[in-house]
Amino acid sequence: MLSITPDTVVLGTARKSVITAGFSPVADDARAINGTVGDITSADPRMTARNVNVYYGDKLAINNVSLDIGVNEVIAMIGPSGCGKSTFLRCLNRMNDTIDICRVEGEIRLDDQDIYDSGLDVVPLRAQVGMVFQKPNPFPKSIYDNVAYGPRIHGLTSNKNDLDEVVEQALLKAGLWDEVKDRLDEVGTGLSGGQQQRLCIARTIAVAPEVILMDEPCSALDPIATARIEELIDELREQYTIAIVTHSMQQAARVSQRTAYFHLGELVEVGKTDDIFTTPRHRLTEDYITGRFG
Amino acid sequence: MNKPAVDQIRTIDRVNATLKQRYNRERRFRRFGLAAVILGLLFVALMFLNIISHGYSAFYQTRILLDIEYRQEVIDPAGARDPATLSAADYAALVKTALRTLYPEVKGRGEKRELYGMVSSGAALVLRQRVMSDPELIGSRQTLWLPADDDIDMLVKGRIDRNAPESERRIKNRVLAWVEQLEARGAIEKQFNLGFLTGGDSREPELAGIGGAVMGSLYTLIVTLLLSFPIGVATALYLEEFAPRNRWTDLVEVNINNLAAVPSIVFGLLGLAVFINFFGLPRSAPLVGGMVLTLMTLPTIIIASRAALKAVPPSIREAALGIGASRTQTVFHHVLPLAMPGMLTGTIIGMAQALGETAPLLMIGMVAFIVDIPGGAMDPATVLPVQIFLWADSPERAFMEKTSAAIMVLLGFLILMNVIAVILRKRFERRW
Amino acid sequence: MSNTLLILILLGLMALAYRLGMRRSQRLVGGPGGVRDLHSLPSYYGFFTAIWCGLPALLVLFLWVSLQSGVIRDLVIADLPEAVRALPPAQLGLVINDIQNLAQGNIVSGEVSLEMERAAAHYQRLRQTSFAASVVVVLSLALLGLSVGWRLVSPTFRARNRVESVIKWLLVGCSTIAIFTTLGIVLSVLFESIRFFEMVPIGEFLFGLDWSPQMAIREDQVGSSGAFGVIPLFAGTLLIALIAMLVAVPIGLMSAIYLSEYAGARFRAWAKPLLEILAGIPTVVYGFFAALTVAPFIRDNGALLGLDVSSESALAAGLVMGIMIIPFISSLSDDVINAVPQSMRDASLGIGATHSETVRKVILPAALPGIVGGILLAVSRAIGETMIVVMAAGLSANLTANPLQSVTTVTVQIVTLLVGDQEFDSPKTLAAFALGLLLFLITLVLNVVALHVVRKYREAYE
Repeated sequence: MLSITPDTVVLGTARKSVITAGFSPVADDARAINGTVGDITSADPRMTARNVNVYYGDKLAINNVSLDIGVNEVIAMIGPSGCGKSTFLRCLNRMNDTIDICRVEGEIRLDDQDIYDSGLDVVPLRAQVGMVFQKPNPFPKSIYDNVAYGPRIHGLTSNKNDLDEVVEQALLKAGLWDEVKDRLDEVGTGLSGGQQQRLCIARTIAVAPEVILMDEPCSALDPIATARIEELIDELREQYTIAIVTHSMQQAARVSQRTAYFHLGELVEVGKTDDIFTTPRHRLTEDYITGRFG
Repeated sequence: MNKPAVDQIRTIDRVNATLKQRYNRERRFRRFGLAAVILGLLFVALMFLNIISHGYSAFYQTRILLDIEYRQEVIDPAGARDPATLSAADYAALVKTALRTLYPEVKGRGEKRELYGMVSSGAALVLRQRVMSDPELIGSRQTLWLPADDDIDMLVKGRIDRNAPESERRIKNRVLAWVEQLEARGAIEKQFNLGFLTGGDSREPELAGIGGAVMGSLYTLIVTLLLSFPIGVATALYLEEFAPRNRWTDLVEVNINNLAAVPSIVFGLLGLAVFINFFGLPRSAPLVGGMVLTLMTLPTIIIASRAALKAVPPSIREAALGIGASRTQTVFHHVLPLAMPGMLTGTIIGMAQALGETAPLLMIGMVAFIVDIPGGAMDPATVLPVQIFLWADSPERAFMEKTSAAIMVLLGFLILMNVIAVILRKRFERRW
Repeated sequence: MSNTLLILILLGLMALAYRLGMRRSQRLVGGPGGVRDLHSLPSYYGFFTAIWCGLPALLVLFLWVSLQSGVIRDLVIADLPEAVRALPPAQLGLVINDIQNLAQGNIVSGEVSLEMERAAAHYQRLRQTSFAASVVVVLSLALLGLSVGWRLVSPTFRARNRVESVIKWLLVGCSTIAIFTTLGIVLSVLFESIRFFEMVPIGEFLFGLDWSPQMAIREDQVGSSGAFGVIPLFAGTLLIALIAMLVAVPIGLMSAIYLSEYAGARFRAWAKPLLEILAGIPTVVYGFFAALTVAPFIRDNGALLGLDVSSESALAAGLVMGIMIIPFISSLSDDVINAVPQSMRDASLGIGATHSETVRKVILPAALPGIVGGILLAVSRAIGETMIVVMAAGLSANLTANPLQSVTTVTVQIVTLLVGDQEFDSPKTLAAFALGLLLFLITLVLNVVALHVVRKYREAYE
């Protein structure tokens, strides 16, 4: 098991966010933590982020964001481009480590462990928190090898039959099995865009993670393929916790239970998806949802 | 953990089970990579150290202090001071006399020959030159530092082991004793060897210099530059700015890319068959060498020039065309000046390649043993790398030192050229 | 050199023509104020006149110079006595050489006969006449061109378009040089090779197991016919290239991976240029290093181990050639590895792969075609490499796979056969061209395949 440090030191300085001009927290009954309108907590959190700041070099990309991600819920992160929603998502499985100039402050916990603890190992973390990217990025290998990649490197199965089973289950869950079961040894890059993205989802769930992060998974896909993925996300919710970044408000409304609205690196408002889309409490959220900018 | 599903626990446990092993593999891979880099750097260091340690001493030459008497009866018995007589006189005899007076005890022919062998045959040339430039010297005495023979040179530089048994040493015990006497008197010492940098080739290692080869390289490079730069730039301009996309230009492109990878010796065969046998140009001439090297470096220059032209943004062209400039005016007034630093960088790198090239020049006869320093592009000449090749083949121990030193000079030129190219690129680099 | 002077005079005339043409265009429209009435800027009229003045004259001069030596030679031969003319071409060439040397006042091998002196005088006279004629023809052509160009200048004349089309054709001309070079290579080696195959059957050349081109000088000497079987040469070439690849591929590839995937920015900033120094070192330096340091080192250490190592072992040449190729492999691999999209790395890392797993299982397989292309280019380089093997490999053609023995290569044989005195009709000399043809074809195929693979690879990720 992973070593869990009981007294996790909060990295960096947790600074109180200053609400700049233009932000007007309207509703006074809202529980505003760190300037965020709405309830950032979850009754049954899987991941908790507190006072997260992210810097690219000297530039502050995420400013003091706190948010819970609950078990078996789909949380959607929306906001105009450049608002930091993808950056925040990438913090959740430390994919930002691959960017040299990126620096993360604050505390993010998966279950009980601080994932930015210096003793933490990213390899098992990423096995627990999988990620699906904006552009479908299957490896230039066969469909089977794509899905089997995770189980193989992590040594999840001990024999070929188990591996076959894992691959089949993952493809079944990703809703791709029927389409590819006869051509598992064809190259993954030969599939259509929507199929490729489902293959990438299958690749992620083959490792059996606890959380799946999805970074605009449908932005490169056509409407039919998008609908297929959205259905899939809904089905996957029963077993996984899903955080999805999307620029499409309709998509957020369709697939998520909770929605977080980001603006210029700040988390402006969080709430039940129905509430956010029907009765936004912050003016920026309202402006965005009603299409005044985006 | 909050709500551990069964298979999730399995996942993380299994991941952790193999984790240590995976990290070991990771470390191994990383170390292997680092080892590869270090090995590569080690090779660089090894070559430089090897060459410098062998070659630095060639910039110094062992000279012996001799008391020379310019005897009238040897140089000019008739006293007419006729240049022809002065030129043909036996100056070696003067050196021999000086040596005999130094070691009067030496008797016997073999012994004498060893004694005379201590001083280079070049010493006589030094004396002749002095007398020719100043005939007044005749009849006077002078104390001069004269070059020692290459074996003595090697001994003084410590390249011949004094403690080795006589049978395994190129220097006899007797000679060694003489040298040690000279050393005791301070009459033998190492002095800066200007002749190595300015002189022509010679069969005698202590007299051989790289001056001729450097001049040969210079003429060859000038020819190469004069031909390859305009042709290369023109080709790049045509392909990048004027040529329609069709099969002909595709053919030209494929051709250029292939020529860049054709073995250099094949260019030598081309030069031999076309320039020398067909056009009847002289062998060993820098002109022909330069023409062959032009064909060789053209692909490099063309590829670099095209990259430089590609880097000029289309907006510049559109701006010029938009105010009514013709295609040619646009290219020559705006695009070409902006691309010029890149083209020059490519050209310098091409020239550096040409400077180091040997094989094709062997084919066109630039391997001849040439003592004179060439005075033009039509004179027989050799070039620096070929000189290195020739000396590397020579059996004398002293030539190894000369070869290494010539390599140092060659590498010095190459490093200089590359530094200029880097500075040029840094200075004029533009980000659009 | 008198031709240089002639060219300088021509350039002067062109400058004059430029001024005249420009002035005339300005005068025709009544001074600088009327330039708007001209079709083109005055300088274009100047260029136009200068082109008319210089271009035809320079072309004629060039043709004259390149053809005159052949013509003069034929004329001199035609005047030689019957006995000399009947000599075989090789010896006739020597005689002509002597005559030329005599005419230029150089030292001549052998004694000088009266006939030779007369021929030399004849040669000298012909050269002088030719030069005088060329001066007259070229200069009058230049003046004629100047006046034609000058007369053509008029306000409505489209000088700019004419000048631009001349420039364009000049550029086109330059771009064809690449084609002519390839053509020249093919034709020159092909013709000599065909002559070679008339003397030695092509089958014997390609499949013969014996290579000993030491032909006798005189026909009646013993063992006058050499053996020209190319197999041992290729075996030797491939053996050395293989050793080189065994050194260069792992080191080059691993250092590229380390530098692009692991090394910190500062380490990379100085390690990469230092490694690239290896690419800038001339091959003759590697040859020296191989022959005088590595080969004795291997021989002595082999002797310590009780192995019989040749002092010209294939191992020494191959090892040093490998060092030479390291930067080649590493920079090509570096390009190829960097071309693998970041999204692949993200996908692998995002699933929890370690860095080396990502490199080994995702990046390398994805980059494989590009790397293979790079290795093919490197092999082609190793096969065509000359100086290292000339200096460090042997001369005798052994058919062996033992890297401790001495082998010879195709390039070594080309150099040995062509350097030094040569007669142009012996199979020995011509064999070098046949080897050159073979070398050219093999490297050409390797290059074409490699470039194609690399291009396809690049396109796949663009």
